[in-house]
Amino acid sequence: MSSPAVLRNRLLWPVLALVALLVLNVVVTPSFFSLRLQDGHLFGSLIDILRNGAPTLLIALGMTLVIATRGIDLSVGAVAAIAGAVTCTYIASGGDAWVGMGLALALCAVLGLWNGFLVSVLGIQPIIATLVLMTAGRGIAMLITEGQIVTVDSPTYREVGAGFLVLPIAILISLAVLGLVALVTRKTALGMLIESVGVNPSASRLAGVKARTIIWTVYVFAALCAAVAGLMISSNVSAADANNAGLWIEMDAILAVVIGGTSLAGGRYSLTGTLLGALIIQTLTTTVYTIGIAPEITLVFKAVVVIAVCLMQAPIRIRVRQGVPA
Amino acid sequence: MKTVTVAPEAPSSRKSSGARMKVPTRFLPVIATFVVFVATFGVGSVRYEGFASGQVMANLFIDNAFLIVLAVGMTFVILTGGIDLSVGSVVALSTMIAAAMLRAGWPAWLTVVVVLAVGSGLGLAMGWIIHRFGVQPFIVTLAGMFLARGLCFVISVESVSIKDPTFRDLATGSIELPGGVTITYGVVIALLAVVAAVYVLHLTRFGRTVYAVGGSESSARLMGLSTTRVKIGVYVISGFCSALGGLLFSLYMLSGYSLHAVGMELDAIAAVVVGGSLLSGGVGFVIGSVVGVLVLGTIQTLISFEGTLSSWWTKIVIGGLLLAFIALQRVIVRRS
Repeated sequence: MSSPAVLRNRLLWPVLALVALLVLNVVVTPSFFSLRLQDGHLFGSLIDILRNGAPTLLIALGMTLVIATRGIDLSVGAVAAIAGAVTCTYIASGGDAWVGMGLALALCAVLGLWNGFLVSVLGIQPIIATLVLMTAGRGIAMLITEGQIVTVDSPTYREVGAGFLVLPIAILISLAVLGLVALVTRKTALGMLIESVGVNPSASRLAGVKARTIIWTVYVFAALCAAVAGLMISSNVSAADANNAGLWIEMDAILAVVIGGTSLAGGRYSLTGTLLGALIIQTLTTTVYTIGIAPEITLVFKAVVVIAVCLMQAPIRIRVRQGVPA
Repeated sequence: MKTVTVAPEAPSSRKSSGARMKVPTRFLPVIATFVVFVATFGVGSVRYEGFASGQVMANLFIDNAFLIVLAVGMTFVILTGGIDLSVGSVVALSTMIAAAMLRAGWPAWLTVVVVLAVGSGLGLAMGWIIHRFGVQPFIVTLAGMFLARGLCFVISVESVSIKDPTFRDLATGSIELPGGVTITYGVVIALLAVVAAVYVLHLTRFGRTVYAVGGSESSARLMGLSTTRVKIGVYVISGFCSALGGLLFSLYMLSGYSLHAVGMELDAIAAVVVGGSLLSGGVGFVIGSVVGVLVLGTIQTLISFEGTLSSWWTKIVIGGLLLAFIALQRVIVRRS
């Protein structure tokens, strides 16, 4: 390939897609980029994108690491629903918000351990192993809320999803996790070890990498991310809806990861790509509203953009795959 | 057609050749599924009066005819190691197209043809993209899922009822079987689809190539098998089955609605897995998937007979069953 380096960069197409979407928004609504400070809170369309995209970004971060080990976690939506259900039920029965959130995180960590156990110890295909919890998880969430939508009135809890510290607290949490993950995986050998497990688990094990522990860890991390995202979603509306909280968010998260250039075949991942992917997904949703596309064709629009971005990246992927025999 | 005499089960021996040639091992998952089906049905018969009747059995087929057809199509895709997440949305799209065309006064036969063509066409497009661009099936069919669901909303946001006399006759008509048991035409169509699938999978070159691609795509290609045709073909079959399932669903509901069949792709995948197919491809039987659907249906019937149990228990039980079957498959695979 004699094309310049910038054209070969994996992140080129996601960046272009995001810029194109933003430009489209500005053309239609010139005030799109305007921000205003009110009561120490920033407001504006861009802030909305960040705030609404926070849960997707968080889940996509966990998903990125799982996918880097050649896995996938379909259960994150159900786990998010469970986290909201546990916390709201606990608060509604007179408990403290912090304890409730702690309980939810602990339970979801156990669910992550369960997924990790199925994948790393029993050696079950990730897509199936997590399908179990995806199916059963919503049932469990319904069991916890007894099929009701539990509403709570807790100012502390509300802060997580709807609070502001100049920027929305939700996005601050997500960005903090992003920074933490970037630091831990890229400044230490952990990221490389994760990628090596994704390329070839048995070879990594023979080379002395604790493949099983690493796989186990990423599933627990994904579940914890899902749990915090679940708290954001339910705290934003101060209610737990076992049926609809986090519905299809696993699909959005996987899309975000893939759009960001992380291969579903495992072995390499890009956190910046995931951030871009999550922003694209959320900007897409916002764009649909701002440029006045009829809500009826939102999904068609989304499907077309997803396919387009995937196809743009496709030739690069084929070349990469040819180097590594399947 | 010179490879016709090769036994269809040969490609299913994965990794350890020879060891899996023993016939019982290969059928074990399907037999296990059947045992679970008999057991769950047995539990129902013991606990509830009137459960062990021919009509309850027939109702299993009537209520799940569309799911049987979906699971058949899904089996093809999963046998090649792919996955099709779009089936539920294509079902909804099919009910929507059918309802809208019939409301506009189109003849019933033309409606059926158009619906089947749209379903197959979507499958063809997805299969082509998966094969040509090497994008993961998971992502492409996920986009297909959004697209089909989106097209439903484009046609109409509201539920459209079907008043066409031909469809109504088909839906309400019933066939009397010996013993006073009645079934619908939908059941007959679903069973025909199963028979056709078994024929294609085990008695044609296409079917054997499906198993070969699932076993090892590169080996199949090196053997000179037409992997391209098969890899795209299974998505066309799945699309066709989804459209057919959608037609059966529109007979069952007598309406077209954008929010029909949400999450049905998971039921279909669950049925295929419970039926003993491996998601990595190459191992599985259509009959297993059919029994898988019946197991899921029986659990739902059990829970509705119980009355006091809430519907969310269905999900938990299905999740548990999935787990049990995966564990069983692991044991079998490790032994061989």
